[in-house]
Amino acid sequence: MAETQTLTLHVWRQKNANDAGRFETYKAEANEHMSFLELLDTVNAKLIEEGKPAIAFDHDCREGICGMCSLVINGYAHGPRERTTACQLHLREIFKLGWKEIWVEPWRANALPMVRDLVVDRSALDRIVQAGGYISIRTGSAPEANQMPVPKDVADRAMDAATCIGCGACVAACPNASASLFTAAKIAHLGLLPQGQAERMTRVRKMVAQMDAEGFGGCTNHGECEKACPKGISIDFIARMNRDFLKAMAAARDDVKTP
Amino acid sequence: MELKSHEPSGPIEERWTEHKAHGKLVAPHNRRKYTILVVGSGLAGGAGAATLGELGYHVKCFCFQDSPRRAHSIAAQGGINAAKNYQNDGDSVYRLFYDTVKGGDFRSRESNVYRLAELSVNIIDQAVAQGVPFAREYGGLLANRSFGGAQVSRTFYARGQTGQQLLLGAYSALERQIDAGTVEMFPRTDILDLIIHDGRARGVVTRNLITGALETHMGDAVVLATGGYGNVFYLSTNAKGSNATATWRAHRRGALFANPCYTQIHPTCIPASGDYQSKLTLMSESLRNDGRVWVPRNPEDATKDPRKIPEKDRYYYLEERYPAFGNLVPRDVASRNAMYVCDDGLGVGNAIDDDGKRRGVYLDFSSAIKRLGRKTIEERYGNLFEMYERITGDDPYETPMIIYPATHYTMGGLWVDYNLMSNIEGLFVAGEANFSDHGANRLGASALMQGLADGYFVLPFTVGNYLGTVRELEPLTEKAVKAKLERDPNYSKAQADEQLARIEKLSDKHIREVNERIEKVMNAPEPTHAPAWFARKLGTMMYKWCGMSRSKEGLEQALVEIPKLREEFWRTVSVPGDTDEMNPTLENALRVADFLELAELMCRDALHRDESCGGHFRVEHQTEDGEAKRDDEHFSYVAAWEYTGDLKAPKLHKEPLTFEYVQPSMRSYK
Ligand SMILES: Cc1cc2nc3c(=O)[nH]c(=O)nc-3n(C[C@H](O)[C@H](O)[C@H](O)COP(=O)(O)OP(=O)(O)OC[C@H]3O[C@@H](n4cnc5c(N)ncnc54)[C@H](O)[C@@H]3O)c2cc1C
Ligand code: FES
Repeated sequence: MAETQTLTLHVWRQKNANDAGRFETYKAEANEHMSFLELLDTVNAKLIEEGKPAIAFDHDCREGICGMCSLVINGYAHGPRERTTACQLHLREIFKLGWKEIWVEPWRANALPMVRDLVVDRSALDRIVQAGGYISIRTGSAPEANQMPVPKDVADRAMDAATCIGCGACVAACPNASASLFTAAKIAHLGLLPQGQAERMTRVRKMVAQMDAEGFGGCTNHGECEKACPKGISIDFIARMNRDFLKAMAAARDDVKTP
Repeated sequence: MELKSHEPSGPIEERWTEHKAHGKLVAPHNRRKYTILVVGSGLAGGAGAATLGELGYHVKCFCFQDSPRRAHSIAAQGGINAAKNYQNDGDSVYRLFYDTVKGGDFRSRESNVYRLAELSVNIIDQAVAQGVPFAREYGGLLANRSFGGAQVSRTFYARGQTGQQLLLGAYSALERQIDAGTVEMFPRTDILDLIIHDGRARGVVTRNLITGALETHMGDAVVLATGGYGNVFYLSTNAKGSNATATWRAHRRGALFANPCYTQIHPTCIPASGDYQSKLTLMSESLRNDGRVWVPRNPEDATKDPRKIPEKDRYYYLEERYPAFGNLVPRDVASRNAMYVCDDGLGVGNAIDDDGKRRGVYLDFSSAIKRLGRKTIEERYGNLFEMYERITGDDPYETPMIIYPATHYTMGGLWVDYNLMSNIEGLFVAGEANFSDHGANRLGASALMQGLADGYFVLPFTVGNYLGTVRELEPLTEKAVKAKLERDPNYSKAQADEQLARIEKLSDKHIREVNERIEKVMNAPEPTHAPAWFARKLGTMMYKWCGMSRSKEGLEQALVEIPKLREEFWRTVSVPGDTDEMNPTLENALRVADFLELAELMCRDALHRDESCGGHFRVEHQTEDGEAKRDDEHFSYVAAWEYTGDLKAPKLHKEPLTFEYVQPSMRSYK
């Protein structure tokens, strides 16, 4: 038989960005095989039947890949299990920890403004990509794919960085609310590949500038981002971004000096 | 209404080239005058919006997620097919075409499928140039694997995250255009209706999911790339938000819905663990390469530790019934057989249906581990085993997995011609949302290919061809009216003002209609149940009567029960909260309302198609071995349904299918 428990949930409720917001408390019947989001579903089903507004939270794939879900669970972005998004967190993990009371909050960062309840606005992350997180290739003009071999270890390393799901847990976990891991992962993914070399320097300059303009904090090497990242993206990529950034700034200065 | 496919004639390998050579173009400096509304930012919509923007059109792109990067395409795991023949194993465009027509059980249009196979090679080039980190061999060239019963290795992949990487490629191209100002992106926006004016698709009605505001967006062409409708089954591998609202609303406005009963049920998913289950997770099909599927021969053993059940008491039903293919029979055969053994009361696991039958079968790796060693199995399936353990808490190295089929993909969709245009002028439909390329059954790794072929290569030409043909459309935006006033000396200020008033009226009328629907769903007379409660009930009905196997009696019963549930929905659905704010219950209620209508059409289509083909299995039509039996004489056509205002009496239109290249034959996997 599956184990069940009654849990007490303190959930952040906030009608909109102008509302002050508060925790509200709910009792929920938890089954060890449920996911954390399914637990919220059961709370919502009851609320709706009682004619009360459901808790708003972002979710879509529920497979840990779309990056939509974004909950801080008892202080942990995506909850206590490493390399696991909130949607893939099953309650047996919570049972193991003996948690009976759980606080559920949204991502909190100035650059990720509040929308409602557990939902925040992450469009700043899209704007960082807009600033240069791409390779400029016209559709239909691509050369034959196997013309340019890419060493397997390089491709694998690029893939390690590219696996970022853009959820923003790194920002939520960082004491400075920095988006460095997110930005560095995209810069590394494209900068490692031969296809990404032409724009490598302008890319890092523009993306870092956008990150700063959005009001994300700076990186002071706390390393919380790496721990919170559901894909285990390495903080080494931040060092790589910083190196590229310095090179790019030096190159830009030289450009100005030599007409 | 006669359905014209507009497919070119002549040798099949020249059709697309010829078609492009004779199509109309829009000159570069004229493109920005046209506004194209692209609904959806998945592989089809994202690639289409980015490419149309790059060509210079003014594009507005919509999605309901908070970022275009989160479209459901992100979840595809296995890979994407392309006829590159890098493995030198005899693959070719023709072979991919052949496999796809045959895989679709001879219910697709040859010209479309050939074009898809032809474009597959360009997709890989495009993706690699964008920086998609496909798996590579030690020599640095692209790696391939074989997939879904194909005899060649033509599947490209990026670990188990191929959809994610391809979508991020399309997303980065899209963001580049947003930065360039050619594409305007509208995330967290639901499309709730289509605007048709003078017989042409000219706009959409949107709801801002943060503020609840209803608006209209007008343009010169509309592209729907809104994905499939698998969530009509409630429990499916689709993302929770995947919905049929945009296509269904277009259908109600006159777009024909083709082959709605063609759905694909994937054999290897993790079964439901309780009635709180919100979705099902797919486990890659590749597991069947080394896993053996079985159930206990004796129903009493259902709850026994499977490791303690002796070999003689295990029923390896696929190996016994299909000695040639064994555990590797195609998706539909594997799914149906899992259902049969569970129907017979031999199922295992915790998922128990309304009739008290267990719904699960074992997928056992113990002999593979014995034969190949744990390390090899770990290398091949490590991430999948981890995923399984994460969800179920069981360790597949120690105890067999439990799997069961789940709805995965919908081959049906809005009817389109060779140009991907529906019967409504100016309404294009791409990706899983259209019906076009997979016939009655889709092969693994072919949906990603189709989405990207449609988005990167087909739409950019065919939408241009349409605009180049119609040239000037009535101005329906302020910008267009102003431009006409500047350009056309015979167009007076008074005429312009009159036109602006006319646009406002058109827009108001559509907003009013959507608003009425919203008010109705918010104010049911006896609010009792959450929308999800109805969705779950509908899903159960659909699995039972319109799932892996269908019968006349079952479908007739469904056609009685679904309208009853729909009536109950409008009477008792509870939607608390307000309309002018973020309201997830309202979003869901509107989607469920549309599923309740689409479900009926699916059952009607399934009932009318009195044959078995691909994913559509009618128990009345099977061979002695229990294989699907087609009836080419009577059913070799696309069934395209027209909405008549009465859900009980849609009108059927037929597009006959002819096969010049691949001669229909019967499948056999014995
Ligand atoms: C788990 C899983 C694994 C898969 N694996 C593979 C695989 O390995 N290989 C393969 O080829 N195929 C695979 N498929 C199938 C494939 O992923 C899909 O068919 C394909 O990605 C669909 O792409 P699309 O662009 O048509 O739609 P989607 O990616 O579903 O995008 C739909 C878009 O429309 C928007 N939208 C929808 N409705 C509305 C609305 N009402 N208003 C506004 N916007 C709306 C959404 O926001 C989204 O942007 C898999 C599918 C699943 C579920
Ligand atoms: S819902 Fe997609 S990652 Fe959690």
